[in-house]
Order: sequence, then C-alpha cells, then structure tokens
Amino acid sequence: MAGPTGGARHRGRAGSAMRPPVRAGPGVRAGQPRPRAHVTAGTAPAHAQARGGGRASALGAGVMAAAGAGAEALTASVRDFVSGQQDGRAAEVAAGVKDGRWTVLQLVEALGFCLENTDPRTRGRGIQLLSQVLLQCYSVLQEKEVLHLVLFYESRLQDNHLVIPSVLQGLRALSMCEVLSPGLAVSVLKAIFQEVHVQSLLQLDRHTVYSIITNFMSTREEELKGLGANFTFGFIQVMDGEKDPRNLLVAFQIVHDLIVKDYALGPFVEELFEVTSCYFPVDFTPPPNDPHGIQREDLILSLRAVLASTTQFAEFLLPLLIEKLDSELQSAKLDSLQTLTACCAIYGQKELQEFLPSLWSSLRREVFQTASEKIETECLTALRALSACLSRSVLSSDSEDLLDSFLNSILQDCRHHLCEPDMKLVWPSAKLLQAAAGASLRTYYCITHSVLPLLLEQYTKHTQSSQRRTILEMLLGFLELQQKWGHVEEDESTLLSHQAPVCSVVFSALVDPSVQLQLVGIKALTVLGSLQGFLSSSDLELVVDHLIHLALHEEDSQSSEAAMEAAGSLAPTYPKVFSGHMVPRLEEKLQSGPPLRCVSSSEREESYHKRHSLQQRCLQALAAVSTHTSIVKETVPILLQHLQKVQKGTEAKNTQDVISVCQSLHHVALQCQQDAEGCWYFHQTVVPCLLAMAVQAAMPGGCACLLLLNSRLQQVPFLPLPAESTHTLPGKALLEEDVLAAMIPVISAATTHLSPELAAQSVSHVVPLFLDGDVSFLPQNSFPCSFQPFGDGECLEAQRRLVALLMAFVCSLPRDVAIPQQEWLLQELLALSCSCNCPFTATTAAKCFAGLVNKHPAGQQLDEILQLAVNRMEPSLAEGPRRMQALTLLLWVTKALVLRYHPLSSCLTDKLLGLLGDTELGPATADGFSLLMAESPDVLHKGCHADVRIMFRQRFFTDNVPKLVRGFHGAGPDVKANYLKGLSHVLNYLPKPVLVTELPTLLSLLLEALSCSDRVVQLSTLSCLHPLLLEAPQIMSLHVDTLVTKFLNLTSSPTMAVRIAALRCAHALTSLPTTVLLPYKGRVIRALAKPLDDKKRLVRKEAVAARGEWFLLGSPGR
Amino acid sequence: VQGSGGSGGENLKDPRGAFAKGIPRKIFTSLSVPFTLVCVPLSRPSHPLTLEELNVVEQMRVKVDDAQSTVSVEFTPTIPHCSMATLIGLSIKVKLLRSLPERFKLDVHITPGTHASEHAVNKQLADKERVAAALENSHLLEVVNQCLSARS
Repeated sequence: MAGPTGGARHRGRAGSAMRPPVRAGPGVRAGQPRPRAHVTAGTAPAHAQARGGGRASALGAGVMAAAGAGAEALTASVRDFVSGQQDGRAAEVAAGVKDGRWTVLQLVEALGFCLENTDPRTRGRGIQLLSQVLLQCYSVLQEKEVLHLVLFYESRLQDNHLVIPSVLQGLRALSMCEVLSPGLAVSVLKAIFQEVHVQSLLQLDRHTVYSIITNFMSTREEELKGLGANFTFGFIQVMDGEKDPRNLLVAFQIVHDLIVKDYALGPFVEELFEVTSCYFPVDFTPPPNDPHGIQREDLILSLRAVLASTTQFAEFLLPLLIEKLDSELQSAKLDSLQTLTACCAIYGQKELQEFLPSLWSSLRREVFQTASEKIETECLTALRALSACLSRSVLSSDSEDLLDSFLNSILQDCRHHLCEPDMKLVWPSAKLLQAAAGASLRTYYCITHSVLPLLLEQYTKHTQSSQRRTILEMLLGFLELQQKWGHVEEDESTLLSHQAPVCSVVFSALVDPSVQLQLVGIKALTVLGSLQGFLSSSDLELVVDHLIHLALHEEDSQSSEAAMEAAGSLAPTYPKVFSGHMVPRLEEKLQSGPPLRCVSSSEREESYHKRHSLQQRCLQALAAVSTHTSIVKETVPILLQHLQKVQKGTEAKNTQDVISVCQSLHHVALQCQQDAEGCWYFHQTVVPCLLAMAVQAAMPGGCACLLLLNSRLQQVPFLPLPAESTHTLPGKALLEEDVLAAMIPVISAATTHLSPELAAQSVSHVVPLFLDGDVSFLPQNSFPCSFQPFGDGECLEAQRRLVALLMAFVCSLPRDVAIPQQEWLLQELLALSCSCNCPFTATTAAKCFAGLVNKHPAGQQLDEILQLAVNRMEPSLAEGPRRMQALTLLLWVTKALVLRYHPLSSCLTDKLLGLLGDTELGPATADGFSLLMAESPDVLHKGCHADVRIMFRQRFFTDNVPKLVRGFHGAGPDVKANYLKGLSHVLNYLPKPVLVTELPTLLSLLLEALSCSDRVVQLSTLSCLHPLLLEAPQIMSLHVDTLVTKFLNLTSSPTMAVRIAALRCAHALTSLPTTVLLPYKGRVIRALAKPLDDKKRLVRKEAVAARGEWFLLGSPGR
Repeated sequence: VQGSGGSGGENLKDPRGAFAKGIPRKIFTSLSVPFTLVCVPLSRPSHPLTLEELNVVEQMRVKVDDAQSTVSVEFTPTIPHCSMATLIGLSIKVKLLRSLPERFKLDVHITPGTHASEHAVNKQLADKERVAAALENSHLLEVVNQCLSARS
C-alpha cells in the first residue's frame, strides 16, 4: 500500500495549524464527574492490591465464599499463564467465568501479584490474560464491574508500551459491553486520543483502536456527538498516516459514518478531506497469495464513498479530480471520472459553478483524443451526470441558470463538427451531445432544439450515402433518447415540429440503393414508430408499404430481415394497421406470386424460382409480423391454408415448401408463448389441424408405395431405410422425415407454455387419438378407415410414423400435467420402439418413452415400467435382428435417467460401457455417448420441462470416465477405438473450465488417442487438447515432444477437418513457454511448409497463421 | 484485396485485374490472408491500419501464376517520399516467404512511378543476399516482426 501520496497535504497541514487543545479543555474534564483511577500505572502497585481488595468487598463478598473452592484452581491457571507462558489457560479461565466458578473480580485478585510487578513484561502478561478473558465474557459483566475495569484500563494506557496492545484489547472487549455506563465511552476515547500515539503501534493494534471507535459509534452515537468536533479531530489524528489496506478499509468506513451520520466536523472539514484524499487515486496491488483478499477495487470504492459523501468536500475535491483527469495515468483518469459521477448525485449548482468550464474542457479533451473506449464511456457518463445534476437544482430567481450556459458551451464546441460527416471528430461530438441530452428532459429539449434542424439540413446537403448514413445514425441516437422520456407535453413541440422533415429523411433512406443506409433507416423507423403519436395514420400506411417492399423485394437479405424484424416490433403498437394493411397484402402475394410464364424451360425455371423465393419471403414476413394476438389470429389461418395447399402437391419441391410453412408456424409459436391468450389460440388452432392433415395423409390407400417398400425391407432385417425410400411419395409430403421433423418444433413450441388446465384439456384429446383412434376432435374428421398407430398390421406403417407428433406434444407438457392412461401409453411406446423395423419410428418411440420416463414421478410405478423396459431390451440386445433398435432405446432411456440422477442410470450406463466391447454394436454405442451428453433439440431439454440437473455432465464424467479408461486398457485392439471415441465425446461436452482442471489426469490417454486411426477420435481429441494448450501450458510443456510429433503427423491426414484441427493445435503450441519450444522451431517451420501448399483454402489459412506464429517465436519484436 | 476479411472467395467475383484471366482460384485465396495481417505502425498505434486499408497493396496489383509458381506484388507507397517504402517491401517479402510454399518465386516491387527512389528500393528488395542480411539485423527483424504480428 502506498501511503499518503505527496507531501502537499502535510505542508498544508502545517500551514493551517488548526490544532485546538482538545486534551487540555478544562470544560471537558470538569464535565465528567468520575472517580479517577486509584492506580497510577507502575508507580504504586500496593494501591492496586488495596483497590482490588476494596472492590471485592464492594462488588460482592457473598460470591467470594461460594466460589472459594475454585480460587485455588484459578490461581494455578493464572500462574501457568503468566509465568508458565501457557496460552491455553486463558480459555479455561474464561470458561470458569462463564460457568460462574469464579468472577472477573476474583480473577483480578488472582492477577494482583503480576499487575503490580515491576517488570512490564509480567504486567503485560497479566493484562493480556484479563483482556482475553474479557473478550470472551464481556456479555456477562455487571455495570459496576465494567465501570471499574474501564477506569483501570484507562489508567493503564499510560503504562509501558509493551503493555499497551493488551490494554487496547481489553478496552475493545469493554467497548462491546451493553451495560457500559453513560459517559464512559467518551472517557475511553479521550484517554486513547490523549495517551496513545496510534500510528506508532503495530497494524493489529491500530486495527483494535479502529474497532473500539467503530463499536462506540454504533452503540453510543449520541454520547460521541456530545464531544463535538473534538471527536472528529481526535479521529483525524488517529488515522493520519495509516498505511495498511486492512485498516484503511475500516478507517474509511468510520469517516463515511462521521459524515453520513452527521457528526460535527467543525473547522476540520479540510483536515478530514486531506487525511482521506491523500490516498486518491488509490494505487495498490495486492501482494501475491494475500490471505486477506483485499482488492484494489475495495479500497477505491470505499474511498469514493467517503469523498462523494458530502458537498462540504466539493471545493477541495473538484480541483483534485480535474488535476488527476489531466494526468497521464489511465487508472487515475478512470477513478476521477467515476468519482465525479458519484459526486454529481449529491452536488448542486453551488458546488459545481466555479469548476464547470475546466470540467467541460477536460471531458471534451478526453473524448476527442482518447484511444480508450473505457475512458470515453466514463467521460460520457460523467457528462450525463453533470448535466443531470445541473438540471435538478432549484434556481433562485436572480441567479443565472448554469445549465443553459453549460449546454451552450457544449453546443458551441460540438455542433460544428456534426457538419463534417467524414471527419473523425463527428462521432465524439455526437456522443457528447447525446450524453448531455440524455440527462434530463430539459437538456434533451435544449440540445435537440439546436441539433435536430442542423442534422436534417445536413442530410439534404450531403448526397453521398455513406455521409447520409453517418448523419442518420446520429439522428437515430437522438430519436432513441426521446423514447427514454416517453410522451411528454412540453416536448411535443421539439420533435413534432420536425415531424415532416424527419419522416421524409427516414423514408428517403429506405429507398436508397445503399443497404447500409437502408438498415439505419429501418432502425430509425422502428424508433419513430415507438414514439406514441408521432406517426400519423397516413404515415403509417406509408411505413407499411415501405416495409412490405423491403421485406419482399429487396435483394439484400440483411435489409429484408431487418424490415421484417421492424414490422414485428411495430406491430404490437399498431395492430390494426398491420392486420388491416400488411397481412392482406402478404396473403395476396403468397397466393398469387408473379405469373408463371411458360415460354421456354429455362425461363420457366427462372420464373418458378422467383415465385418460390417470393413465397418464402411472404411466409417469413407473415411469421415476423405475428407479434400481437389479433394479428396472429389472421396470419395463422393463412399459413395453415397455405400448408394444406402445398402438401397436396406432387413435386419434390413441395417438401421444402411444407418445411418452410412449418418454420414460419414455429416462429409464430415462439412469439405467442409469452401471451396466454395467443398461446392457447395457436395451440387450439394449429395442433388439431396439423394432426388432422397428418392423419389424413397416413390413411391407407395412397401409400401403396410406402407399403411395398416396407414389406420388402422387412425381408432384409436390420438395414437402415435407404434415403430415397422416404422421398417422392406422391401426396405424402407430410409423412417424410424432414417434414415431420419440422412439425415437431411447431407442436412443441405451441405446448410448452400452456397453462396446466389448458394443457390437461388438450391432452385429454390427443392421447385418446393415438391410443383409441378417437378422431372426434380433429377438424374434417371423416377418414376412410380407423387410426391405430399402435395397432398391428403392415398397412399401419405410415400411421406409426405419426408417433413423432405425439412425442412433440406429450413430451413438451408441463411436468404437473397428468397424462391419461400413461402406463398403457408407455407400454405401447416400448413395444413399438423394440419391434418396429423403421428406424425413424423406432427412434421416435424410444425418445417419446424416454421423455415420459424422465418426467414420471419417482415411485413404484416408475420402477415397474423401467423394469419392463429393461426386461424387454436385454434379450433383443443380446442377439436377434433388432439389436440396433434395442440399443437406441437403451441410449434414450439412459439419457432420461442420467439427466434426473435416477439410481438406475448407473446400471444402464454400465450396460452401455459393456457394449463398447461388442464388435457389432461398439461403434454405434460409442457415438451414443455424444447423444447422452449433448442437448437434444426436441425432447429431454429444459425448454420442454424435462427434469435436467445442472451438473449432470460433470457427474457423468466423474462416475464413468475411470471405467472408460479401465475398459480401454483391458479392451482388445479391434474395439479400443470405441472406448476412446466414447471418452472423447464425454470430454467434448464437458464445460471448458472443468475440462482444464480434469484433463491432466487423462493426458497420457489423450496422447495415445492421437495415434488412433479413427478420425472422429482424432478430431475430438484435438479439440480437447486445444483449450488445454492455451490454458494449462505448464502441464502441456512436459509432453511437448509427443505433441509436436503427433500434431505434425496429423497435418497430413486425409481428412480436411483433422488437418485444420492439427494446425490449430500447432498454432496453440506457441503459447507454451518459448524456451521449451525453441528446440523444435526449425523442425516445425519446415514441416508446416507442406500444408502451405494444401489443396484446401481453409487448411492453407490455418497453416499460414500457425507458421507465421512459429517464425515469431524467440524472435525480436514478437 | 479490398476490405479486411479473409474470405478471398468473394473477391474473385471482381472482374477487374488479373484474377479474371484464368488464374487458379486457390492460389489467390491463399494470398488474401497474409496481406490482412501486414500492419504498419501509424501515428495512432491503437488503431493500426493494414496495407489494404491504406491501399498500399491492392488486389489488382498482385499477380499469381500457379503453374509457373510465380508471385508478383506491386505496392504503392502512400507518398512518393515515403521513408517506409523499403520496410513495407521487406515486410511483404517476409510475409510471403513465410506464407507461401517454397516453389514460388517472389517478386516484390514498387508500382512504377509512385516513389522517388523506386529503382533503389526495387534493387534492394530483389537482392536475395541483402534481404537475408537485413533479416540478420535484429533491430530490423524486430520492426518487421512487429508489422507481421496479428492485430490484437
């Protein structure tokens, strides 16, 4: 800790020479009728004995007799402590006082021999024992005992310096007594101020003094205030010259309390300011391994609290702040600015008046010149605080309004820079003006009154779009400030008077060919729209026209997306305008599109493409604008109608169209979630409709092709369905995996935020639909035959696929919604997942089962169903045609249980670990570990109310990684890779900080994994090592030889991703200590020359970066 | 090489310059990276500008022939008396040496007519031994390395 900085304050001190004779004040002493101590330290020990005895009779002769038995033990303990130097005895003595075996009085008597000893060490030891006992027993003392002890201790303050620390400890104990008689606190403090030169004591003893003062200040505030300014002065002397950060924190707190609790400062304001401000700005670096944990920031904040606590300091503080702001030191500047901001909270015009010009010029200079963003931000904050402070002050009628002149000087210095949008001072000026304008409504009015017309004029004057963009961005900044003040009468005149030119400027930006300018224009439009009453209804129609045009026809996707977003954010404010104008126009465009001209095939293709992209844009825009329930009610039917239309199509392109509609529906669903009414409307409308369409599509008749395929597939057991088989089914776009996968998030998002009652209502329809084939709640519910997704029979393959939709719904329900016939449903799902030949259906059923199991309340029922699942899985896992399905089910169930810390999870995980050694299922099991660790997009995540414990990954890591390592060492050569792959998946998903602490133990294994030929293992090992190289270079440098060799080998891997990762690791190697790397420099640089000529650009890029960094190693100027 | 992005692919759409004339895509793209990293210290070191930002190095003045393994870079000093010209040329040369496969023959020279002592500088840069000697000078190497260190 640097002590008081600079000698200035000491010089000032000597000059001021304001040290009134506090101690000699006769009035003070006369005012305290008190029995002065009978003992004067060291000089008359005999009196001490006499006094002790006298006190004994005064305090309670009766107690003595009762405690007589303990007296001997006490004497022995005292002797052991004092002469035998056995510190442990103090605790025994204190315990005796607490138990009532002896009293403090008897202790004093027993101590008599050493308190009157002529050797100060012995006296010190005696007082130390007494003080230690008091520190433990102060709460059991009687008022009279306290009185005598206080007097005794006060007198001891004059004793030898060896004794003082113990005396202070005793006084600290007494200062915590509740029964301290009035007047004693003052007398103790006076004695300390008078007798003790605090700054010559050790740190701990100084701290004791501060504690005594703090204790008294918290309990005897009134008494201390009776001391008047003498108390303040006494304290100033106590803390003057303090250097220890621990003590400073306490001392600052005391000063803060002195000021805040309104103690009399008297003539000592400047003294008090100097004794604290000499530490400003705080310059302190905590020593390494500091056990006290005091940070620089702690001192800064507590000092700032002191300096900014009173207006009385203003005349001294402001010049100091300006001086430090003009210094070169970055930290001093920051601290000054932050302190200035803090001061503005309590200062008024009076305090600031004199210093405003120099404050403004310092702030301006910093913002115009600084290279540091942080300082700029703090300057702007300080300017805002200053302006706010000035606008808050109440004016007396005759005084000049400082705010006006202050703002005028800001305007004068900044305004002209706004006219030069190419010059570098334009943005600093704009920021300064915006900071001032953001302070209060008055400042906003004053600044915009002058700046808005100027900006509007400049916009028309400059014609280049880059300049216009700068000007519009500044204008946008001022408009955004307007939002802060909301709708205020007085203010209407400023902006409203410029309404027409502002609108025309913004509209002209929207039609500008420059995308950047358009984007700013769109942002400005959003802000204008949010200002209530600013846009007239005709303007609004124009706004909608512009937005539609930008959203649908602008080539640049950035502008189009921004326009959609703007429509979405404005729609809740003007729902009528958007539902009345925008939605019908979009609907019209969606249905028609540009006409298909069939002149030649290429033109036809092009026109189809145009139409397609327009429809895409329409769909996106419809979704984006659905941010208000009334609009949702219009857009959802349009989207559903469009979905009906496209799913009937026969071309392959239709699949993509269906998916687009689903994406738009999903977007709408997400926007509705927060609004209960909209959410229920969406759910009620969309879910039955999607289900009805899907059921219709799954009805037998149209799906002969699918049937044929599946029946053929059944003859070839255990083969993944070829990709083509799921495509180009006429009229069955809805049943394709991609489409079903796109419908899942729609249903899921429509369900997660339902209230439990409504969800229960809905679940009572959906579950019977799947279990009983009860289609009554679907719209258009006349189907050619029954819906039995869980039924047996080959023709039901298509219907089974719809389990995906059931999963989306039932796994997204809130946890407290009861699912009717859940046990039956679980059994059906289990059966389906184990028996179905279609991997999609089987996996979906397994996921649905897992999703339900995860939320199932613990208990016997759950155990039974899990037992059932295990019984069903085990035989299929062991052998047979459906091992893969059984493995999928096992993985998903394990995941469901691992997430909720279910006890059975470890048993299932062990089963998986065992399967890693299986030659057939091993690789798939290893990949399954990534499924266990990853966040699943559709089920078993927090968003769909799954039971996910936060640390499950770490827990899985600690439980299973040792087993994986053991398995690896014990495994045969053909399956070793499986263990490594599983391990690397687990590591990959572990949070990086945990990884860095845990990895060193696995390092040797990882290095071995680098030699593994499996590229997935290589890749994930490299990605594990990369952060480790950066964050634990010391550990890694032990293996530098292996690392260099392996990385360089992998740079010639046939897989591009591995080459890239290896080069990145080679690059990261350079963060190891240079001395370790230098021996390898030549070799690495030579080896990296080869990937410089790689055939892939991304590889070359990494090679260039890595090689460049290796060249710099150990070279000057790195 | 406009802009500071590393994606050379986009620049290829630019029909100007040598790149439209059948020069293999890949070589140019490997070149677009190094140049973004060449920085020169300016008066405000907190905001160093790259050579492209200063238009010292431009896409159309870089010629690459993959088949013949040659790279030719013309750079334009900001003013005809720019004292940094040699240093800039040296930095470009070093960066290319470090970033290109060895098979390439490098030619770094000043755009004709843009610098007072054009020939002297070109001669220096073309002289392999002088370049090697310059890099032996630790002070010079330090300045070059500072120019080549990635932006913080």
